[in-house]
Amino acid sequence: MPRHLCPNCWSDELEWVESKGGGTVHSFSIVHRAPSPVFAANVPYVIAMIELDDGPRMFANVIGPDALGVAIGDRVKLTFEDRGNGVMLPQFERAPG
Amino acid sequence: MANAASLKGAVAIVGVGESDIGKVPHLSGLGLNAQASKRALDDAGLKVKDIDGLLTAYSFTEPYTMLGSSLCEYLGLQPGMCASMVAGGASPGVMLRHAAQAIAMGLAETVLVCAGENRATGFTRDAAVAMLAQVGHPQFEQPYGGLIPGYYAMVARRYMHEYGTTREQLASVAVNTRSHALLNPTAQMKTPLTVEQVLASKLIADPLRMLDCCIISDAAGAFIVTSAERASTLRNKPVYLWGVGEKSTHEHLLCAPSLTHFGAADSGRAAYEMAGVGPRDIDLAQLYDCFTIVPIIELEELGFVERGAGGSFFENGHARIGGKLPVNTHGGMLSHAHAGAAGALFGIVESVRQLRGGQGKRQVEDARLALVHNEGGILSAHCTVILSNQRA
Repeated sequence: MPRHLCPNCWSDELEWVESKGGGTVHSFSIVHRAPSPVFAANVPYVIAMIELDDGPRMFANVIGPDALGVAIGDRVKLTFEDRGNGVMLPQFERAPG
Repeated sequence: MANAASLKGAVAIVGVGESDIGKVPHLSGLGLNAQASKRALDDAGLKVKDIDGLLTAYSFTEPYTMLGSSLCEYLGLQPGMCASMVAGGASPGVMLRHAAQAIAMGLAETVLVCAGENRATGFTRDAAVAMLAQVGHPQFEQPYGGLIPGYYAMVARRYMHEYGTTREQLASVAVNTRSHALLNPTAQMKTPLTVEQVLASKLIADPLRMLDCCIISDAAGAFIVTSAERASTLRNKPVYLWGVGEKSTHEHLLCAPSLTHFGAADSGRAAYEMAGVGPRDIDLAQLYDCFTIVPIIELEELGFVERGAGGSFFENGHARIGGKLPVNTHGGMLSHAHAGAAGALFGIVESVRQLRGGQGKRQVEDARLALVHNEGGILSAHCTVILSNQRA
């Protein structure tokens, strides 16, 4: 996740690097019991750890019509979910190959 | 840095106590702590004036800013050492370590360590939602509907993928633990459990089902730590601290270095080193069991079995009382009690009881060395404790 310094060497000379948006499902879970009423209407939904091709790992949902068929090792592609009020949330969809 | 090995045999646990467990609506969280503390003090045969230090953890139901001070205020204590230590489920081991360090340095002589809260009856609906909302990283996990069982489910799935741990093996952990709870009169769960029942319980976060998850209790636990010298003058057989080790690698799962390798290996190594023993010397283990996958991973990381062999160890009954290494002899957090940091603290309470002996059908024969492993967060903070009924 973004931070003020590098957690490996504590260098604070950091720069933003644009991700190419491709990744692989490292692990996932299909949530049947929502943590709060906000997410209750979404169950079952997929939470996942995505290994980005660029290196970092990030947490997100796998969304889309075939999301519930997700498996470890699946290729995924970045997309953005409009949550309203100008919030565009990075998400992932399953990608062929 | 002081020689860590000097803690071995320096202090002992001389009193343990549990509050009433289950639904205890007539007691507040502080009240549960008070009840457990009084029972621990009575067990030790000590007086209130003997306590010169208090350590406690945290409370979701009664989130006082200075929980340690609030508890001292409630108990009428004015100790020279007081703190609230927040390392999630690892807190009890961490508190024992800090109590031991203070006593070994002569900064305190007799420290009360307690934790617990009224999680079963103390929450209003709004408070429960508020608590759930603060779990997970606020920017990078919460917006995705992350939840504690979901994070552990992702660990479970990756572990099953890499090591072949099976769904049935996860269930066997819950069954193993329940069989021990049935022998413990203070355990919250009172009915037998089968693998089939676990597999038929409702899905929470696939692959974890409801009966893979720890229970929710009103409960508090307490223990009293003092110097080995003082311990030898008291009425109970002292249970000495032989080793303790910690490791903290992350808080949020998205920053975990790995989804299969955690800090228990390092905290265990440090504890074994201080104690001068290895996994083969241990007679019983109380392993943190918020979800069924966790004791399997801990069994492996702590060196009791090879990587990938933890599931079959449970499935084949080796973790039962009478087996190769009895695990969670009190019933664990899956079946005895879970109320915040109290869950892991009961592993220490049970180890002390086992090492004193006389636990009836629950007694592990010739128990001399017990290992307790605490973890907090999502396998984030780890503390391993080794206790013995002999000083050296």
